[in-house]
Amino acid sequence: MSITLNEICFRTLHQHEPWTLATYEQADGYQALKRILANKTPSQEIVEQLKVSSLRGRGGAGFPTGLKWSFISPSTPAPKYVVCNADEGEPGTFKDRDILRFNPHQLIEGMIIACYVVGATDAYIYIRGEFYEPIARVAAALEEAKAAGYLGENILGSGVTCRIHFHVGAGAYICGEETALLESLEGKQGKPRFKPPFPANFGLYGRPTTINNVETFASVPVILMKGGNWFLDLGKPNNGGYKVFSVSGHVNKPGNYEIPLGTPFSELLELAGGVWKGRKLKAVIPGGSSAPVIPGHMMMDLTMDYDCIAKAGSMLGSGAVIVMDDSTCMVKVLARNAEFYHDESCGQCTPCREGTGWVARVADRIEHGEGTERDLALMTQVAMAMVGRTICVLADSIALPVVSFMKYYREEFEYHVKHKRCP
Amino acid sequence: MSSQEKLSILSQAARAEIDHWLTKYPPEQKRSALLPALHIVQDENGGWLSPELIEGVAHYLGIPPVAAYEVATFYSMYDLQPVGRNKVKVCTSISCMLRGADELLAYMESHLGIKAGETTPDGRITLKKAECLAACGGAPAVMINRNYHENITPEKANELLDDLE
Repeated sequence: MSITLNEICFRTLHQHEPWTLATYEQADGYQALKRILANKTPSQEIVEQLKVSSLRGRGGAGFPTGLKWSFISPSTPAPKYVVCNADEGEPGTFKDRDILRFNPHQLIEGMIIACYVVGATDAYIYIRGEFYEPIARVAAALEEAKAAGYLGENILGSGVTCRIHFHVGAGAYICGEETALLESLEGKQGKPRFKPPFPANFGLYGRPTTINNVETFASVPVILMKGGNWFLDLGKPNNGGYKVFSVSGHVNKPGNYEIPLGTPFSELLELAGGVWKGRKLKAVIPGGSSAPVIPGHMMMDLTMDYDCIAKAGSMLGSGAVIVMDDSTCMVKVLARNAEFYHDESCGQCTPCREGTGWVARVADRIEHGEGTERDLALMTQVAMAMVGRTICVLADSIALPVVSFMKYYREEFEYHVKHKRCP
Repeated sequence: MSSQEKLSILSQAARAEIDHWLTKYPPEQKRSALLPALHIVQDENGGWLSPELIEGVAHYLGIPPVAAYEVATFYSMYDLQPVGRNKVKVCTSISCMLRGADELLAYMESHLGIKAGETTPDGRITLKKAECLAACGGAPAVMINRNYHENITPEKANELLDDLE
């Protein structure tokens, strides 16, 4: 196997205490920022490099970062904000936690550059409340960066002001949705806003706001140091660079693997030690629990990038790869995911609040042998009735998986109805 | 309650800590400190929020009590009833489920003699199910108070639980 791991966000992972400023600076940390400040690089040039790199949002939606950063310019009237979404919570995803714990300075450097590009003086890192350890690392890193002159007024004598604050959540998956996160940061319930207007026009406190995922910000310094083309060439066209894949479930070595986009799934599976207990691969959810399931034999022919996974009818999402062996009850997996989305629905849209509950209850009774023939149709019908009828995509996040489970594993659901147990 | 009483329900230390959080936000956006403030007050109160404390926080931040209540009831980390001295949360979302979270939770329930959502009669432990903790690489994962514990087997769970005061 010839893949070089960990070129971007985890490039300092092998070092002693990689989270310290000293370690980060030894690895050319803050060099991209220094160069920008010294050369007074125009924002437009930075945005251009990001467009060339084809970096796409790592939180799940895959929106082109360069394009997003072009929506707000230094001439946009202040106040305006930069916000980092560190509210990681999509089942299967655990990459941001490790970036926060092991490379907080690279995130901070990426955010300072973002502030420079859009002309913001204040930025917030919204970290999920359960992340006590990552929060402590980020807090310490912010202090170190401030003491070293990278944060505060007149950073590195450039005349630029940049303050980054951390904020904590309190347990709500929906706050990973960017407008719910902004509501939560304003001290409210995490209920997504109608869009448009998008955060670039009406964001935090109603002001223009650039919001990105942890991994996205942390990728920026390396791209600007080595060039957009370098990053693009690591991956494939429209899918530039490396991406962290969180591999979980039935593998021998679950964990985060930062590999080039476009790497065959089979190689990622091998990196993760293959399917555990000598069993066979049954199915894969390739992009977090909201991604439609793909049968194992199909997955073995796919590459890990946005376009290939989308073409196969699923999505790369956050890069959370959930592997299931041939002993897995697919009815139970769907039921468990449905329960999650029902729990986490914020409740403001009726189709989602009621629909996720219906899907969860019907899936649960099928799993427990109490389902009927009619329930099979009912589950899909309720799921499809939610799609496109809500403010955010939480409902779609269980509806589309329902359709995929019924498409590929319908016979297992039928068996449960008929025989009241797993095949 | 008078204004003074509402304020005095928050300790000096809690108020100082909330004041620190308030420095992060624009002066007219004090409400932004609500989530952190509720955490601070809950931690000081043995892990749960009483209606009086929630109202005290609202008063301190200059927002209507209902604005604080609706937040306190929305987020899963706030407890609105008294809890045990230790909070033990077992993740049962998909990646943990695939690696034995259900069996682990059942084991802990029988070991402690309570169901998820309950507190041991001696007030030592409140056991809960948690939704994804973002530690799926170390499934099954358990959160005990402020710490994550990963790859938890029943044997390890035994040790962890027995170590709690």
